[in-house]
Amino acid sequence: MSANVVALAYLVASVFFILSLKGLSSPESARRGNLFGMVGMAIAIGTTLTLTQNWALILGCIAIGGVVGAIVAQRVQMTAMPELVAFMHSLVGLAAVFIAITAVNNPVSFGLPAVLPKGSKLELFLGTFIGAMTWSGSVIAFLKLSGRMSGTPIVFTGQHLFNLLLAIAMIGFGLWFFFDETTNWTAFAAMTGIAFVLGFLIIIPIGGADMPVVISMLNSYSGWAAAGIGFSLGNPMLIIAGSLVGSSGAILSYIMCKAMNRPFLSVILGGFGSDGGAVAATADGAQKNYRSGSAEDAAFLMGNADSVIIVPGYGLAVARAQHAVKELAEKLHKKGVNVRFAIHPVAGRMPGHMNVLLAEAEIPYEQVLEMEEINSDFSNTDVVLVLGANDVVNPAANVPGSPIYGMPILDVHKARTVMVVKRSMAAGYAGLDNDLFYMDKTMMIFGDAKKMVENMVKAL
Amino acid sequence: MIGEIDPVIINLTVFVLAVFVGYHVVWNVTPALHTPLMSVTNAISGIILVGAMLAAGPAETDWGIWLGAVAVTLASINVFGGFLVSQRMLEMFKKKDKKGNA
Repeated sequence: MSANVVALAYLVASVFFILSLKGLSSPESARRGNLFGMVGMAIAIGTTLTLTQNWALILGCIAIGGVVGAIVAQRVQMTAMPELVAFMHSLVGLAAVFIAITAVNNPVSFGLPAVLPKGSKLELFLGTFIGAMTWSGSVIAFLKLSGRMSGTPIVFTGQHLFNLLLAIAMIGFGLWFFFDETTNWTAFAAMTGIAFVLGFLIIIPIGGADMPVVISMLNSYSGWAAAGIGFSLGNPMLIIAGSLVGSSGAILSYIMCKAMNRPFLSVILGGFGSDGGAVAATADGAQKNYRSGSAEDAAFLMGNADSVIIVPGYGLAVARAQHAVKELAEKLHKKGVNVRFAIHPVAGRMPGHMNVLLAEAEIPYEQVLEMEEINSDFSNTDVVLVLGANDVVNPAANVPGSPIYGMPILDVHKARTVMVVKRSMAAGYAGLDNDLFYMDKTMMIFGDAKKMVENMVKAL
Repeated sequence: MIGEIDPVIINLTVFVLAVFVGYHVVWNVTPALHTPLMSVTNAISGIILVGAMLAAGPAETDWGIWLGAVAVTLASINVFGGFLVSQRMLEMFKKKDKKGNA
């Protein structure tokens, strides 16, 4: 195949990738969008195959990877999507590093001059260190999300200074690699090694509930790593696909930060929510009273209501309560109750996490509303059922001076009756007490979200 | 124009325009589909497979080929896993025939 034909085929593939993301603008066109993505990828792989000689090796490896990928995709629990996504980011990062090493070793096989020009060296440096940081950062994110490592931030004194020094050292080795006329493996290896360590250190101070930002950021990194390799290889398709992914992740990070009303930098520097999980002390030291009730009481109240809004949070995902919730919604609906779901943008551990869980339980997406769509309806709602959410329904966000002041919240406190299913009175991630729990109209139901919802279903 | 354009400049042009396209396309994605968006973009970033195939491609055998082969395997997990899990999720967002809502 001539270089021009290859370039044109790559252009077609790039267009398919853009169409793929465009398809995600609505659930109706989303499946077609995904299909476009697959077509684009097939074109890209098929075209590249004509440029290579070791077909048996390459196709064999694709088959192995494909089978592993297919099995993982088939088996993964929807509640475990965040860790799957983190795991897959790490693969892209590692692949980028391996490709860069191969390119430094044998530039000719990529159509580069035998002695690497300065420009290519710079691009390889960028691709390698972004890739390396993506890998180690994603590994930590994966361990934290899957509970194999505590979600509590790991902080130590001089952390930021240490990271900064490492970053400077990494750039220093990068410059050495860049200015050396020969291929300087020492500099390259040192730079890569430091990048691995840095990726690890950057993610450890970030707490569990900031994971939606981290995972979006790593999504972005994996895209930039692909784009960086695209620059090194002079391949516009890699640049386009990588940039699409990179900007997608960046936008998601921005949306998540905005939904928490926290600057991106403060999230990334980490350390927030170190004392999460502790029982919050009241400001004045006085014992505040709350009302607790049973699942049966809740069922009775909801059964007699005209309108119910269910607010799912991370607790729903942990308890895997989505199917029980669906049953509850169905039962209430049969009784003529108008049941809807309200989703906060940072509910769960990744963007859109709750929507996927509810969709898995076959709850029609028309009933699932985003914060801005439903927030004005809380004031004329009879009953709100909060399932494992805390900070996102904390009215303290409306109080100037509160640590979470300005964070957009679901206006649950405006409803006539509020019921909160929670394990205990423990504070949420922000380490704040939640006044919602002490309101006269609030009833606390203590227990596992799934079990409590099942009891409600039984009582209805 | 005087002289030839450095390919880096052309690549940079492509890059900047692609970021703009990405920016506009992604803002149109409905928030309900942000998780599938992540898994689809995950699969698309598996495009790095192309680079990995070139790394594993040359006929002369040296260790670079094997590193490339590992990269091909890793990137394939991403491509297949990403698209298939997206498909699985998006099936769930299908409109149900028996409408259960008010």
